[in-house]
Amino acid sequence: MGLKILTEHINVPGIETYETYRKMGGYRSVEKALKTMTPDEVVEEVKKSGLRGRGGAGFPTGMKWSFLAKPEGKPRYLVCNADESEPGTFKDRVLMEKIPHALIEGMITSSFALGARTSYIYIRGELMFVLRILEKAIAEAYANGMLGENILGSGYSLDLHVHPGGGAYICGEETALLESLEGKRGNPRNKPPFPAVWGLYGSPTVVNNVESIATVPWIVNNTGDEYAKIGVGRSTGTKLISAGGHLNKPGVYEIELGLPVEEFLYSDEYCGGIWKGRKFKAVVAGGSSVPILPAELFLKTAEGVPRVMTYESLSEGGFVSGTMLGSGGFIAMDDTTCVVRNTWNFARFYHHESCGQCSPCREGTGWMEKVLHRLEHGHGSMHDIDLLVSISKQIEGNTICPLGDAAAWPVASAVRHFREEFEWHVRNPQEATKPGAVFNKSEAVLA
Amino acid sequence: MAKITFDGIEVEVEDGTTILNAARKIGGNVVPPAMCYYTPLKGSGGKCRVCLVKVTAGSAKDPRPMPKLVASCITPVQDGMVVENTLSEQAMEARKGIVEMLLINHPLDCPVCDQAGECDLQNLSYEHGTSGTRYEEDRRTFDKIDIGPLIQLHMTRCILCYRCVYTADQLTEKRVHGVLGRGDASEIGTYIENSLENEFIGNVIDVCPVGALTDKTFRFKNRVWFTKPMDAHRECETPGCCGKVVLWSRGEEVLRVTARKNEYGEVEEFICNTCRFDKKEMSDWIIDGPRHIARASVIAANHYELPVINPHLVPDLPAHVVDTQIQDQN
Amino acid sequence: MVDFKDKSEVKFSEAAQKEIERYISHYPADRKKSAVLPVLHIAQAEFGGWVSPAVQDKVAEILGIEPIEVYEVATFYTMFNLKPVGNYVLEVCRTGPCMLRGSDQLIEHIENRIGCKVGETSPDGMFTLKTVECLAACGMGPMLQIHEDYHENLDPEKVDKLLEDLRNKAAVKQSN
Repeated sequence: MGLKILTEHINVPGIETYETYRKMGGYRSVEKALKTMTPDEVVEEVKKSGLRGRGGAGFPTGMKWSFLAKPEGKPRYLVCNADESEPGTFKDRVLMEKIPHALIEGMITSSFALGARTSYIYIRGELMFVLRILEKAIAEAYANGMLGENILGSGYSLDLHVHPGGGAYICGEETALLESLEGKRGNPRNKPPFPAVWGLYGSPTVVNNVESIATVPWIVNNTGDEYAKIGVGRSTGTKLISAGGHLNKPGVYEIELGLPVEEFLYSDEYCGGIWKGRKFKAVVAGGSSVPILPAELFLKTAEGVPRVMTYESLSEGGFVSGTMLGSGGFIAMDDTTCVVRNTWNFARFYHHESCGQCSPCREGTGWMEKVLHRLEHGHGSMHDIDLLVSISKQIEGNTICPLGDAAAWPVASAVRHFREEFEWHVRNPQEATKPGAVFNKSEAVLA
Repeated sequence: MAKITFDGIEVEVEDGTTILNAARKIGGNVVPPAMCYYTPLKGSGGKCRVCLVKVTAGSAKDPRPMPKLVASCITPVQDGMVVENTLSEQAMEARKGIVEMLLINHPLDCPVCDQAGECDLQNLSYEHGTSGTRYEEDRRTFDKIDIGPLIQLHMTRCILCYRCVYTADQLTEKRVHGVLGRGDASEIGTYIENSLENEFIGNVIDVCPVGALTDKTFRFKNRVWFTKPMDAHRECETPGCCGKVVLWSRGEEVLRVTARKNEYGEVEEFICNTCRFDKKEMSDWIIDGPRHIARASVIAANHYELPVINPHLVPDLPAHVVDTQIQDQN
Repeated sequence: MVDFKDKSEVKFSEAAQKEIERYISHYPADRKKSAVLPVLHIAQAEFGGWVSPAVQDKVAEILGIEPIEVYEVATFYTMFNLKPVGNYVLEVCRTGPCMLRGSDQLIEHIENRIGCKVGETSPDGMFTLKTVECLAACGMGPMLQIHEDYHENLDPEKVDKLLEDLRNKAAVKQSN
């Protein structure tokens, strides 16, 4: 069993209540930080921990905090990004649903570190039942003096509110989230200025993922140095992985970074291998946005080095033969999976979720979906396969926000690693469009 | 002040100036195009992505190149910044790709479009587009909506620059139109049937870079290149209206009234609906003289003025710039 | 079906009004617009599962903003139904991870059971079928959402049972 920082008590009955959470050692970080530390000391510990943003980009949290501008006479805000919408990712939802106080404790300690007097949890609107759980827990925290005026007699006051979204993946992008929180359409802002300078209501703002914030209490309790000892190299600590797709044991697992991918995939402690006794074909290792990898390139790098679950190891080989840890949305695919259909499905997702503000993404995501639809439904041509790559290149890097890249990578990587399967769809349209038909490499070679 | 090198030309500009405006100070063919940015409208820019340029050195302090192309219209200069536009193959390639994106769902109905001849998208496609299309699917269409007796909306032509939304926000007290829907289904609309009637709302016609918003009182009356532009003014009583306009006439008949625009298609001063829609007699106006149309447009067919690099600013033009200018002259 | 001609007819219940006030209090006094998403959610739950133009106008009035500012938002976010819906809106996840675990077949099954296609309301007015993108339940797919509830790890039998329960619930409601 690996070390559990976030999920140690997840199965304790009643852990969603203040009383049980407190009994299990909860809210110690609030006491420690507010009574014995300065805000800067908390920031320093988070910096030392090497914690990297768990929302997908992996940017060091402590560094993000230290960028926060502190002009006189302007409030500062901490906003928690609980708009978890990346296909394959459901860890934040499970964490908030099971242990709501873990996030609330993290919000208090982090808000103290940043000098925020009002903080928000922006949760996707579909998770209304989780919002209710959080609001109940927040009410308990207020009742027990952990929120509100003069918390624990420290002189520090904080209000914490939950804000529901309305159904838009793009609001997981931090500036779109802030626009949405201001009651507007979720159009990402042009950057710079970054939220650290111009965020919510034009005030300096930090936006952090649920898991990142929920990790802060452990760091405060045990020091950043202790946290940095967990994991490998620049991938410190533990990470929640949402495991889904064709697995025997899908679910949310907390792993120590550095866990061998083979152990994660096959051991009974984690995913328990591919379901129905089938073969492992491909994986999207970090949420739908990251490049898809064929099984062999996932288990071992192109140089034959076994991969481990770290930011660095998964990206070994760059976009040619690597992928990314991303948000930890692990989608395994067995050998009955049609990669073309899956790629079309993801392209449809990004087309549906593009905000429509900037032209390459607005037009390009729909175009890619249409070409993939053609290919999947037996009307594609060989030329279409190259066209897909070309469109993805026209989007990538040229958009206001990373949604464009996120739409381009799955398509480009699918063609890169599974071109034969795309070509098979073009050559054998009748066969490929039969329900459940799957490209079989060895048979295709014989044919 | 900040000194930057743009396409090999040095220019000094105020701190906080955007790369695009620094390039405009140089002038000529090196200036990136802009479809959504509009100087008089606060908050505009960054959306269309046609002004993307390559920053090969971020600043004198930190001379590392920027990893991605940046939108020149919203990126402020830094002292010592080096930027490539026409010199960067990457930027030119990206621009070609973005022009393609802007065109895949465009109806290409220029023969029946009132904007033809003074359309930024036409000019952009001419300069940066390709002659063929790789798009095989049906082009996007929208339900037609009526936004009142003064302004004609053709949503199929819209490139979602948001300029008309900013115009309504910044010039009128009550905005009734906006961007509805999401993604490629986004559209300019009023949601419930509503007409745009504010005294300054006519300016959305002038700021629209394409033929999405056109003057209903000029609809199908004439092609713009057959009309003669003249600067004119009147003592306008509408508070906030400058009364300075361009009259577009054929013979003695005034067919259209617009605001005066600079060489980048930006309105110099906004005008009211009374000037634009109601004053269509020569006798309503005091004529100031012929209007110079600086852009390389068919309107200027008989008094063609090429974009030129500001000669005071750049005494010794680099070879590549001189070459393109000479080529254009031929 | 609840419909209003004009915003003056739109009256929130006392509980809903309280909830609206509570949300508005979360934001700075000059930033009431921030509450537009929560208030739209409350309005949708209050007035038959959709937000008509009149309801949106009322929301604008409550928040002191122009109606177009509400329209822009309501049409951007996919959770808001802009047309009348059935008693129960079935929102089935169709995205990759759920597709891998059989959402395509599940959607087809539901279509056959309730007698309408995706995007339509069943002839008896009981169900509206919508497909939605990822609902953060990838390990528990295929799944669907009805109002605030998630129904996960579904198969045809479970769906049949679920639809039956909902029909019974509606019948009880009606007889009361």
